[in-house]
Amino acid sequence: MSIFIDKSTKLVIQGITGRDGSFHAKQMIEYGTSVVAGVTPGKGGQKFEGTLPIYDTVAQAVQATGANTSVIYVPPMYAADAMLEAADAGVALIVCITEGVPVLDMMRVYPYVKEKGARLIGPNCPGLITPGMSKVGIIPGRICTAGPVGLVSRSGTLTYEIVNQLTNAGIGQTTCVGIGGDPINGTNFIDCLAAFEADPHTKAVAMMGEIGGTDEQEAAAFVKAHMKKPVVGFIAGQTAPPGRRMGHAGAIISGSAGTAAEKIQAFEDAGIGVAKRPKDVVGLLRKHIS
Amino acid sequence: MNIHEYQAKEIFRKAGIPIPPGDVAHTPAEAEALARKFGGTVVIKAQVHTGGRGKAGGVKLAKNPAEAKELASRILGMTIKDLVVQTVLVTPAAEIATEAYAGIIVDRASKRAVFMVSPAGGIDIEEVAEKTPDKIMRLPVDPRYGLLEFQALQMGLFLYKDAKQARAAAKILKQLYAAFTASGASLAEINPLVTTPAGEVVALDAKMVVDDNELDRLPEIAGLRDESAEAPSEVMARKANLTFIKLDGNVGCVVNGAGLAMATMDLVKYYGGEPANFLDIGGSSNPEKVVNALKIITSDPSVKAILFNIFGGITRTDDVANGIVTATKQNPLKVPIVIRLTGTNEEIAVKILSENGFTAMTDMDEAVQKAVQLATGGKAA
Repeated sequence: MSIFIDKSTKLVIQGITGRDGSFHAKQMIEYGTSVVAGVTPGKGGQKFEGTLPIYDTVAQAVQATGANTSVIYVPPMYAADAMLEAADAGVALIVCITEGVPVLDMMRVYPYVKEKGARLIGPNCPGLITPGMSKVGIIPGRICTAGPVGLVSRSGTLTYEIVNQLTNAGIGQTTCVGIGGDPINGTNFIDCLAAFEADPHTKAVAMMGEIGGTDEQEAAAFVKAHMKKPVVGFIAGQTAPPGRRMGHAGAIISGSAGTAAEKIQAFEDAGIGVAKRPKDVVGLLRKHIS
Repeated sequence: MNIHEYQAKEIFRKAGIPIPPGDVAHTPAEAEALARKFGGTVVIKAQVHTGGRGKAGGVKLAKNPAEAKELASRILGMTIKDLVVQTVLVTPAAEIATEAYAGIIVDRASKRAVFMVSPAGGIDIEEVAEKTPDKIMRLPVDPRYGLLEFQALQMGLFLYKDAKQARAAAKILKQLYAAFTASGASLAEINPLVTTPAGEVVALDAKMVVDDNELDRLPEIAGLRDESAEAPSEVMARKANLTFIKLDGNVGCVVNGAGLAMATMDLVKYYGGEPANFLDIGGSSNPEKVVNALKIITSDPSVKAILFNIFGGITRTDDVANGIVTATKQNPLKVPIVIRLTGTNEEIAVKILSENGFTAMTDMDEAVQKAVQLATGGKAA
């Protein structure tokens, strides 16, 4: 089983005729994702690769195909509108890959999506994959394999590195989710941890964090209070220099500098096994799933 | 993107916030002329992208033009947290009755812009926040409605007992919010917000950090960037669309993706080395990016070994291999290089590299250990 996406996922691709959109559309179709439509305003009525229908709006695509998930590959200045459009069209899961979305845009998008009852993943994320069933985003399919570990991460290539090591060690995954590293994103660690806890096939969870913010600390508190399944963690950025901070507001608002040491401490306090190196995630997980 | 105090003040002034006059000087003579123009005592303030200027000696009072010249000559050229002061702001010294703090920042936790105000402003505001948190009022703003009149007044009344001053502060906070959103800022701050003996509320300092993602649609704000206030290697990296931060070690790192780049630096340290930099070549790399990355890394004389760590997803490892070959043909390397790559088009990449005399590794830990060994002359484990 899995979280968020599976065989029932019917995907519409926003920005399907762009450079990134068309490349990854082919990859997702090849992987076996049920891609039902593309959207590019002004190109409605055309076909992608001769077969997949393209619509002018997400609403048209949803009405014609019953799409329940959308993935967004539009340029940063248009990404906010694409997310709003998908939420308005009734899409239940919106995955925004686009990097560089202004944070003030995300401040408006977040409450709107929430009101519409949709789940947003991203922006600035690699998306998610349920091995053998569905891939939404850009995570390379061949490095994943089905199995008992749920994985959630703030990063892209570091996720690939760890998934690859897991797969090479014979440890498969239920679902791998990249939530993205932007200051305001739709889905956080806790959302994914709660979903993995509820998923009967997930036996253990790997959580990859990094410096900045307090998401990892809050996730650690959640693990301690609500999770029965074992969780293993890694924090990137232990050697990162302290930010060239301007003003005082950043330190005041969170009461935290968001350092790796703080986050590792929070993990340890919550009983989360902390990997010192990315490869140590494999060994820590093996103990829990054998 | 950071902007200077004098630039932030100009933005605040345009939004209607009362700010005393001031102008910038690049030489002691210019500072002297400005002091003469303003008359009386002036403040000379270093314009650098860091806090703690006052404590570092970068803010001084000058009683007359001669003293202004003398102090400007001391502040110009001084180094504050690795940044050389090239510009000073000269402004008439204000008479201060009280000092308050007002700031607005994007808050990750509430996913909103949050105001923070305190009647106990000044240079020790962080200590105030820590020791007496009840002296700070926080107010999240709903982006759909903006800062409402009554909310602004609530904060004004938290700052000042005097109703007239509270109203003046409320007006300033609304103007600050307008400047914050119109400039695509992630932080805007007034510290101190002062009252004068005559009872007026005035902003004496201004800080603003702009969200880099806004710069494409705000060309006027983008034009405020002062490249002379940034490290030359970082300017070069930005122009090549690379993210680069210089550090103190000797293992030069070239990685794709920020998370993997940080994990690579951590691993360098784990195996007894010190990373010379953070460098992220980003997602869709082309050979040109790799050429630029190598130029930046090799221009740092402290780099004793270069480490490539590439996990090809969107990034094609053959692009990276071609970049390495091109760059090293143009400028033969003077230090050893360790290349680890895996993922998309790995076989082609390995072939390109071996045909040109390079060895490619596939394991991240082994590659990092080897790079550390080479950088330290074989001393580290």
